[in-house]
Amino acid sequence: MDFSVNSPIIFILVGIIILAVLGQSVFFLIRALKRAKEKGMDMSKIKKTVSGSAIATIAPAVSILVGVVTLSKSLGIALPWLRLSVIGSLSYETIAAERAVSGLGQGLGQQISDPAAFVTVAWVMTLGILVGLILAPVLTKRIQGGMNKIGMKDKKWAETFNNAMFLGMISAFLGFVFSHVSRLWDEGAREVTEKVLQNDGTYIENVTTYSSTSGLIPVCVMAVSALLMAICGVVAKVFHQRWMNDYALPISLIGGMACAIPFTAWLS
Amino acid sequence: MKEKTKLTYLESVHRDGRIWGLSLLVLILLFPTALCLIYGVLPKWDAFFKALLAVLPMYWAVGIVEIFTYVPMLGAGGAYLSFVTGNISNLKLPVAVDAMEKAEVKSTSEEGEIISTISIAVSSIVTTIIIIVGVILLVTVEPIGAFLSSPVLQPAFDQILPALFGGLAVVFISKNLKLSIAPIILMLGLFIFVPALNEGTVGIMVPVGVIFTVIVSRIMYKKGMI
Repeated sequence: MDFSVNSPIIFILVGIIILAVLGQSVFFLIRALKRAKEKGMDMSKIKKTVSGSAIATIAPAVSILVGVVTLSKSLGIALPWLRLSVIGSLSYETIAAERAVSGLGQGLGQQISDPAAFVTVAWVMTLGILVGLILAPVLTKRIQGGMNKIGMKDKKWAETFNNAMFLGMISAFLGFVFSHVSRLWDEGAREVTEKVLQNDGTYIENVTTYSSTSGLIPVCVMAVSALLMAICGVVAKVFHQRWMNDYALPISLIGGMACAIPFTAWLS
Repeated sequence: MKEKTKLTYLESVHRDGRIWGLSLLVLILLFPTALCLIYGVLPKWDAFFKALLAVLPMYWAVGIVEIFTYVPMLGAGGAYLSFVTGNISNLKLPVAVDAMEKAEVKSTSEEGEIISTISIAVSSIVTTIIIIVGVILLVTVEPIGAFLSSPVLQPAFDQILPALFGGLAVVFISKNLKLSIAPIILMLGLFIFVPALNEGTVGIMVPVGVIFTVIVSRIMYKKGMI
């Protein structure tokens, strides 16, 4: 069969998998909604969870779509569509594709025309993300069992444990926001050297030089997002506008992302 | 009463989560296999192994760590969905954490389990629909792709993590002020002064942050400070 990265047969295969994955989400959604009703949970709360989650998802989902556009230059649309809708994440897939493509002596800018090269990239991207899919069915029940034991022993500690866990996760991402601040005083940190693997097994070095203030861009974006979240909370409390609280995450997210455009122009 | 003869909700989530997860695993492996059969080719082994060697150790390590860190936060249903649909730290986790916080439930309770599952399922469905619509538009209306990947918009998409976690941080820090001081100081110090810590290694630092915060909070809890 003639090969093209955008051949209909690849779209059909990808479509089948994406429908199956969609089926899983719908299945668990219906189950959880039924259970919520059985338990007599406040259905207005459930409705807010649905609408709040849907709205908060829009901006990140569009950014995933941008990832599909970026990778489609060399891989066509179907493969990146699959890889970014099923298990993949933006940062991982771009790196995996880059490694595989550069191993073939190509860059992500050119379209792949050889089916063997395409299959190589597809296998590398698939095997790379497989670990979560193998381990989740094996380990989830055990890990959850351990968590429930803590909850049964000491209720108050269980609550503190829960808060500590989320704070630990959030503090790691806050730290990450500051990871390039050292460009302010460290000249070495401004130059980022990327090693690109070539066909013959050697590497070439790509050097990118950043401005000293470029590390402050994520910090400013985070500050705007935090400020918007705080404002939403205050408005919701003082003026009794509950909806402000329900949509505070999408408001702070989109506000932060929008400010990234002028901040980047100014600081980089 | 009927609960006694049937599986509990959580037990049935585990059973169905395993069935779905393993079936989808097979289906996902069939995709590159089918490509090989349809085009009658094998991977270029040399490039294949070189690329695997470059990406596998790091990504499998992060993957293993992620299971242990995110399962307790996402709950069972949320975890089974998230480890299939991916984009956990940049989408599913923040959305689920925010939903549980608003509904005032904990991820370890059954209510938390339900809210987390609903929010992650909705988020996955919405993401899938947006990407399907986007892909159809990309194929039919070419300027859409050019617009989305234009350099003007690029910075906004580059900064999605700071924009997500800035807001979430305010919610959690304001409610747990004493608990948050130590982990924030540690993480800021590490990320600012250790050059190897960046977007590529934040996945490894999440469990470090979690374990450190749990230990500190245990000490504070025992001493009656919180």
